[in-house]
Amino acid sequence: MIEFRKEFFADERDDNLNEIGKPTRRQDILGHVTGRSPYFDDHLFEGLLHIRCVRSPHHHARIRRIDTSAAEKMPGVMRVLTGKDVPLNLNTLLSLLDFGLDDEPLLSETKVAYKGEPVVAIIAETEAQARAAVAKVKVDWEVLPHVLDVEDAIKPGAPVVCDVYPTNKFIYHGKFDHQKLRYGDVEEAFARADHIVEGRYQMSPIEQAPMETCGAIAAPEVNDRFVCYTSTQGLFFSLGTAAKLLTLPSSRLHFIGGTVGGGFGGKVDSMHEPLAILGAMLTGRPCKYAWDREEEMQVGAPRGAERWYIKDGVMRDGRIIARKFTGYFDSGAYTRLSSYAIIKGVGHLPGPYTIPNVYADVYCVYTNRTPATAMRGFGITGVDFSIEVHMDKVAEAVGINPVDLRILNSYRDGDMKAHRRLAKNCALIECCQVVAEKAGISLSPASRAATSLRDGGGERANLPARTATDQHGAVSGYRVSNYGRKGAKPTQEYALAPHPVPAAQPASAAASSQAPRPASPAYQAQPAPLAPSPVPPAPPAPAMDTPRHGALRFSSLSGFRRR
Amino acid sequence: MAKKPVTFTLNGSERAAFADDGQNLLEFLRRGVGDLSPKYGCGQGTCGACTVIVDGQTHLSCLMLAEAVQGRRVETASGLATGTLHPLQEAFMEHFAAQCGYCTPGMLMSAKVLLDRNPSPTREDVVEAISGNLCRCTGYEPIIDAILATSNIRRPA
Repeated sequence: MIEFRKEFFADERDDNLNEIGKPTRRQDILGHVTGRSPYFDDHLFEGLLHIRCVRSPHHHARIRRIDTSAAEKMPGVMRVLTGKDVPLNLNTLLSLLDFGLDDEPLLSETKVAYKGEPVVAIIAETEAQARAAVAKVKVDWEVLPHVLDVEDAIKPGAPVVCDVYPTNKFIYHGKFDHQKLRYGDVEEAFARADHIVEGRYQMSPIEQAPMETCGAIAAPEVNDRFVCYTSTQGLFFSLGTAAKLLTLPSSRLHFIGGTVGGGFGGKVDSMHEPLAILGAMLTGRPCKYAWDREEEMQVGAPRGAERWYIKDGVMRDGRIIARKFTGYFDSGAYTRLSSYAIIKGVGHLPGPYTIPNVYADVYCVYTNRTPATAMRGFGITGVDFSIEVHMDKVAEAVGINPVDLRILNSYRDGDMKAHRRLAKNCALIECCQVVAEKAGISLSPASRAATSLRDGGGERANLPARTATDQHGAVSGYRVSNYGRKGAKPTQEYALAPHPVPAAQPASAAASSQAPRPASPAYQAQPAPLAPSPVPPAPPAPAMDTPRHGALRFSSLSGFRRR
Repeated sequence: MAKKPVTFTLNGSERAAFADDGQNLLEFLRRGVGDLSPKYGCGQGTCGACTVIVDGQTHLSCLMLAEAVQGRRVETASGLATGTLHPLQEAFMEHFAAQCGYCTPGMLMSAKVLLDRNPSPTREDVVEAISGNLCRCTGYEPIIDAILATSNIRRPA
C-alpha cells in the first residue's frame, strides 16, 4: 500500500492531484479478464507456416558443414533457411543508435558462440513437421574451447568469443576497452583515509521468464508489404532491426504489437520478427516463429551476470572520501544491450552518495554464455546491490549504524555528482528516516535532524580541483565517434580496422603496447586541457567535444538528460 | 494427416470441428475452433495459462488430447461473461489482479471451479486453488484478494 508522508517537502508539492494517490484501472484490463486481449499469437491465418531452428549443442564451435538435404525431403517442409538467405546477416541491436559494431548473425554461418545459437531455420506446414525436420539437419561441428567466466575471458590466451571484439571486451567510444569514470583522485584519498574497505560482489544471470514466450507472426499484405504481429516491447526498435537485416525500407513493414504477455526487458531483442518476415517473403505465406518454453529459458537473453570489486576510503566518522569500482558485465556471446547497460550503470556511480573521489573501470565482457539483454533496471540493479551490501560492510568497519552511515553520506540538493550533474530533488535521507522509524532503529541526533534540503551545495557543488586521468585500456583502430553523431554513416559502413593486438595477448599488454604505463596505476594530474600523451594522442574529453547531437539523443535514452 | 471430428459443448454452445491426430486441446481450441482465450505458456503442464474447465473440473488443455472432449462440456475464459461480466471478472478489474493479462484466463478458470464448489473459501483454499497457475507480473496478492472479494459477494446467495 502506498503511504503518503505529507510532512516532507510540503512546500514543493501540489496536493491538488487528479490521479496520483487514487486507484485507477488499467485501460486494457477488460480485454484481459474476458480473454480477448490480442497477443501476437491470437491472430488466425489461413495456411500458417511454422518456423523452428536448428541450434548449437555446444557453447563454442566452428561450423564445418551444414547438410540440410535430408531435412528438405521431410514431409511438410516448405523451405530451409541458412545464414546465406538473410540479406544482411550481421547486426548489433544498438546500431539503430549508431552504438557499437555489428557482431551477431541472425543465423550463424561460420561459428557459434553460445549453446542454443541458431544456425538453420526450417519452415514447415506444422510445428511438429518443423521439429521433425530440425532433427534431420546434420551439422559438422568443430568444437572449440569455451570460456564462461568474465575474468577468465579477459585473461591471456582465452578463447576469442566474438571475432569482432578480439579481446573479448566491448570498445567504448572507439577509445577504450572499458567505460571509464574519473572524478577526483581516489589514490590520493585512499592514502589519507582512516579505513580501506574492500569487497567483491557478484550476481547470476536472471531469466525474465514472461508467461508468454517471445514470438512473431508475419504475413504478406497487399501493396507488397508485410504485416508482422509481434510480442516485442519495442515496436519501432524491432521494425528498424527487421528493415536493416532484410534490407527493406521500413515503409514496407507493418508492425502490430502493444499487447505483450509479460516482457520485463526480455522482449526487445528483435530476434523473431526478421526471421518470420523473411519466411513470409520467401514462401509467400504467413509464418510464425516463436520460442517454446525450453528455448525461452535456454536462449532467451537474460539479465546478464555482473561482478563488482569495490574499494572505499573511509574516515573515522564514517565519511566516505573515495570509492573505486572495477566491474565486469557478462554480455554473453554478443553485445545486445549490455554495452548500454554499462553506460547507464556508470552514470549511476557511486550510488546516491556524495563522494568527492570516484573511479570506475567497467568492462562489457564476452563469454560463451547466452547473450544478455535488458531486464528491469538493468545496469543499475547489480551494482546497486553491490553498493548497498558494501555500505553495510563499511558501517561495520567503522562501527556506526548502517542507516546513520547512509544518511551521513547521502547526497543532498545541490551536490555535485560524479557524472558532473547537480543532484536535485533528493529524498534519500527522508527515506532512510522513515525506514529507521518503521524498523525500530534509533538514529543519531544528527541523522534525525538531517534533511536533503540542507547542507548540500556550496563547496559540495564544486567539481574536484583535480581529476586524475589515465590512458590504460586505450585501443586504436576504431572510429572514435561510434555512437549517436547525427549524420554518421550506418555502423556497418565503417569497417573495423584489424585490432592491433593478437587475441591471445593479455588485455593489459594490449594497453601497454600503446600507452606505456608504470607498474603502479598511472594516475596523472589532469591539466586543462589534457596533456597529450605520445601514443596515441589523448582524445578530447567528451565534455569538451563539439556538441554531440546523437549523444543527447542517447543520453535522453539513458536518463542523463538534464531536468 | 488423419483428422477426427470432435463434437462438444463450448461455453454452452454445441460445437463440432476436426482435430488433427494427436492434437492437444489447447491447439484445437485456439486454431481449430477459434477460441483464443486459453494461452500457451509452457506446453508441459507447469504454468496453468491454458487452464480450461471440462465437465466442471479444471484441466490443463496443453496436456489433454482434443478428442478427449468428445461429448463433454468445455468452458473457457471467453465464455465467462454472459451478457454481463462474471463477479470474478469484476473483482479482477477492481483489485488490479491482472497486469500483462496472459495468466488471467487460466486464473479465472481455476477460481471459478473453486467458487462453484466452495462459495466461501478460506485464503488457504484460494492459494491452493491457484497453486497451478503462474503469474510473473502482479504477484499473487491482488489475485487472491480478488477471488476472496468475489466469495464475499457470493456468500449471501
